Amino acid sequence: MQATNILFLILGLGCFAFYLGRGRSLAIAKPLGGVRHLHSLPSYYGFHAALWCALPSLFLLSLWMIFDDLLINSMVMDALPAASAPADSASYNLLLNKIANLADGILPRSGESAALVSAADQMLNYRVVSRWSLTALILTLSLVGMAWGWSRTAPLFRARPVVEAVAEKSLLACACLAIFTTLGIVLSVLFESIQFFRSVPAFDFIFGLDWSPQTAIREDQVGSSGSFGAVPLFVGTLLVSAVAMVVAVPIGLMSAIFLAEYANKTVRSYAKPALEVLAGIPTVVYGFFAALTVAPFLRDLGEGFGLSVSSESALAAGGVMGVMIIPFISSLADDVITAVPQSMRDGSLAMGATKSETVRRVIIPAALPGIVGGIMLAVSRAIGETMIVVMAAGMAAKLTANPLDSVTTVTVQIVTLLTGDQEFDSPKTLAAFALGLMLFTVTLLLNIFALHIVKKYREQYE
Amino acid sequence: MNQNASTAGTKPAKDAKPEAMQTLELTDNEATVGQCFTDKPKMSMRNVNVFYEDKQAIHDVSVDIAKNEVIAMIGPSGCGKSTFLRSLNRMNDTVDGCRVEGKICMDGEDLYAPKLDVVELRARVGIVFQKPNPFPKSIYDNVAYGPKLHGLADSRVDLDEIVEKSLRKASLWDEVKERLHQAGTGLSGGQQQRLYIARAIAVSPEMILMDEPCSALDPIATAKIEELIEELSENFTIAIVTHSMQQAARVSHRTAYFHLGRLIEVNPTEQVFTMPAHRLTEAYITGRFG
Ligand SMILES: Nc1ncnc2c1ncn2[C@@H]1O[C@H](COP(=O)(O)OP(=O)(O)O)[C@@H](O)[C@H]1O
Ligand SMILES: [Mg+2]
Repeated sequence: MQATNILFLILGLGCFAFYLGRGRSLAIAKPLGGVRHLHSLPSYYGFHAALWCALPSLFLLSLWMIFDDLLINSMVMDALPAASAPADSASYNLLLNKIANLADGILPRSGESAALVSAADQMLNYRVVSRWSLTALILTLSLVGMAWGWSRTAPLFRARPVVEAVAEKSLLACACLAIFTTLGIVLSVLFESIQFFRSVPAFDFIFGLDWSPQTAIREDQVGSSGSFGAVPLFVGTLLVSAVAMVVAVPIGLMSAIFLAEYANKTVRSYAKPALEVLAGIPTVVYGFFAALTVAPFLRDLGEGFGLSVSSESALAAGGVMGVMIIPFISSLADDVITAVPQSMRDGSLAMGATKSETVRRVIIPAALPGIVGGIMLAVSRAIGETMIVVMAAGMAAKLTANPLDSVTTVTVQIVTLLTGDQEFDSPKTLAAFALGLMLFTVTLLLNIFALHIVKKYREQYE
Repeated sequence: MNQNASTAGTKPAKDAKPEAMQTLELTDNEATVGQCFTDKPKMSMRNVNVFYEDKQAIHDVSVDIAKNEVIAMIGPSGCGKSTFLRSLNRMNDTVDGCRVEGKICMDGEDLYAPKLDVVELRARVGIVFQKPNPFPKSIYDNVAYGPKLHGLADSRVDLDEIVEKSLRKASLWDEVKERLHQAGTGLSGGQQQRLYIARAIAVSPEMILMDEPCSALDPIATAKIEELIEELSENFTIAIVTHSMQQAARVSHRTAYFHLGRLIEVNPTEQVFTMPAHRLTEAYITGRFG
């Protein structure tokens, strides 16, 4: 039986156990004079039985899924005749793959040595046995659990706390899963980075002014040693982000002020979703809009003024990125502005302030920490944005502060370092992980800072 | 109020009830009883109706407020006292869907005339709300807010003087002079409310509207504010909404009783609380509803 089928079997049995448990509690309650004579509601007895039925089986199933392949593989490999046994671990894996492919019918069996064919047969055999024994085990376990849960159903049995405790544990498990995933990602990036820093000193990486990661394949080629100075990338990133923020902050803030303070209900109900549509546009679309429409337009415009604008300019990429970020800032700012108490507004208007004076002198100062927090989040968003800059900002790692020039960003370089055929142990590839680590650190710090500010702001009004 | 109710209950309550229920029904087109009008009013209202969308909150109210008078507005909650008060300096403009009909004049000038400058009106008619709401600024800046807006001070020294004078008038100066530049939110509720009053008088208004200024305060802070109102009435015209009849009796010259959006009775305060002219007023002050 397939694993998914077994899963469905367990769930089905669990539902059945629920009805049995609930039915039994109802049957017990009837002669006593109603459900109120039970400790818990009937559905809790149901859940209790269902949990006993399903949880142990699910646990067994997942353990089995993890370990059965390992076990079968080693049994098959051990059974190989000494003549065809593998010499080292690399050839062990190769051979194992081959046998598995033979067993699955991916490779034709004709022409293979008899030892391999019989190993493949053996593997198939073991798998069938494993499935059937698993099915039998799970069925027994579920039924025993169901019977146990059912038999414990009694007026004084406290089913509710048991169910509650299980619910709490499973919520905790989900939260831990998310945390461990993040942790896993961070650790893997960290280890690769450490490997990178073994071949390139961290100091050269963080403070180096020259970025040309193309290491030669042969020793005697030109530029045989790449240089990995990340400063131009971070300057490029900052430049593009700065352009984006110059576009996004004023527009986003002002549209938020308009929406929160000036727009009436009807305008708001159309304008707000319309703004949020901007956030729903895929970044690829923004990317080719930047590369194919905005960048050429800026170049032609620049020529008209006698400026030389590169056809892949930081201005084009940053500007379009800014448009993408507008809804981000405007909806966050809108939230904090509407959270300023109405009494504050009334108080200012009652003093004879106009609406714009009220906004400038009372609302913005009151909402400022929240707005700053929103902007910080937007900045970390801009720094991490990839698609637009890949398509519109260019590849040349120039150390420049001129937005009309073409620059490259950290994210662009990560993409170029990792796309295509790569060997995963050259410094060129590993550099991507080091860049990722640095980027992650920067955005993490920014986010912590922003959340701290936002939190402080919340406390002020509680 | 409960005490009043029990003294009124000397009559056989059970027999009185059905009759009372009938007479307490408000009939249509009942005119306001009492002394509504004065010769030289500071503010005069004629046939004022206020609507929220299509719901009418104020029905046909006509009344005058004399110069340097303290007029108290009482009535069951939801009867439209706040609505009425807010229509006097057009704070209702800030409420979506609120519409004011009829004529409201201050010193003979129509407040709802299209060319009237609302901002200037609000500087002339200040309002103090129920909940103290200091701006998230220092005490000094809270008081200086209005004068700065209206350019009342030419120099820092002028401004300092205005701030000190206003705080003194609101009898808050002694408590805060040491910490003028700390946040206004750090004051106690009663202090915040007096800061609010200082803020309102800093722009030298002609009239001050107060909407239940003491309902969030303890008895001692309330006594301070009441004392303050009495002092302020030497220079300002004051309209105060209160849910406490004792307070109305203590601070006001005249009392207006509102019921379901109608102005039922306006009379000198003493008369309202000793010999109310209208059966609804009597019912309210004896605690039969409210
Ligand atoms: N912003 C508003 N929108 C709609 N109706 C309102 C609004 N404010 C007050 N009202 C209604 O107007 C009536 C009078 O309210 P209000 O003036 O606040 O009474 P009071 O201050 O005497 O308790 C009430 O019925 C109330 O429901
Ligand atoms: Mg009110």
